[in-house]
Amino acid sequence: MSSQAHGHTPSPEAVDAKPSYYEIMETAVRELLVEKEVIGPGEIRRMLEVMDSRTPALGAKVVARAWVDPEFRTRLLANGRAACEELGIDFFEDTQLIVLENTDKVHNLICCTLCSCYPREIMGLPPDWYKLKPYRARAVKEPRSLLAEFGTIIPEDVEIRVSDSTAMVRFLVLPQRPQGTNNWSEEQLAGLVTRDAMIGVVRVEIPPTNEKSQ
Amino acid sequence: MSEEIGHALRPLPNIVHAEDQKPLFKVGDSIKVAMRFPIGHYRVPNYVRGMRGRVEVVIEPRAVNNEDEGFGLNAGVKRHYYRLAIPLTELWPNYTGSPDDGLRIEVFETWLERS
Repeated sequence: MSSQAHGHTPSPEAVDAKPSYYEIMETAVRELLVEKEVIGPGEIRRMLEVMDSRTPALGAKVVARAWVDPEFRTRLLANGRAACEELGIDFFEDTQLIVLENTDKVHNLICCTLCSCYPREIMGLPPDWYKLKPYRARAVKEPRSLLAEFGTIIPEDVEIRVSDSTAMVRFLVLPQRPQGTNNWSEEQLAGLVTRDAMIGVVRVEIPPTNEKSQ
Repeated sequence: MSEEIGHALRPLPNIVHAEDQKPLFKVGDSIKVAMRFPIGHYRVPNYVRGMRGRVEVVIEPRAVNNEDEGFGLNAGVKRHYYRLAIPLTELWPNYTGSPDDGLRIEVFETWLERS
């Protein structure tokens, strides 16, 4: 395609194509709900605003707090939702949160084979690859080779636990704190924690540039 | 305040609970996910149906059966979800990774059988 010759693909919104069957259905249902005054157009916009305010930076703060505050870590592992609510992160879905701690012996990975369940309250929207079938199928069938493609080699003596989210429960991976960060502040630590580390496809690592400045 | 009272009192004896109030399965129980294929969208992925595992966590609080709910059939009945541990070698006979590797998945009580 000519657009790819310019080094970028146009976003779907910018493409002047006919709406799909499901887009038409969504528009029809939304307009009916507004017309019947079940919801108002402002509520939809408001929900978009809520979603936009939730990003992996929130999850990173939760992780960093757990690394520096052992009591918070204990509460987070006991009841993920309640511990996040302590930090003011409210849950707009009726779901529980299980926090999965990575250790020297266990590596956790999260997925949703049925659709795209994701800890949206603390991470925002999932990445596209998380919602696509190759990731969803391979996460539960061949997690080790899948992780290797992310550059994450899990030793044979480390157990892999894949959590498949189906219903009322969401997951957050609590990654291992990198070595050599003992003197780091909570804020510096949060800066290290990436979205992919909280999904469990990579570890948290100190970027080479930061290592030099330490 | 009600919480304080709740903590101060012990449960009264001889209360008989309705069958869906208490979890049917407990942590450590061996279970099998039911092998059935009703028409429609169900929150139990095909690949775990008929598979054996054990209960790792009883999810609290109880929840409505969101499959009934999805079809507009919910009568307000609540039951438990269970977090199951199923070895990947159970799911995939040709699995080549560590035999310790496993799946964790929450399944509603109505899909579970004793094994």
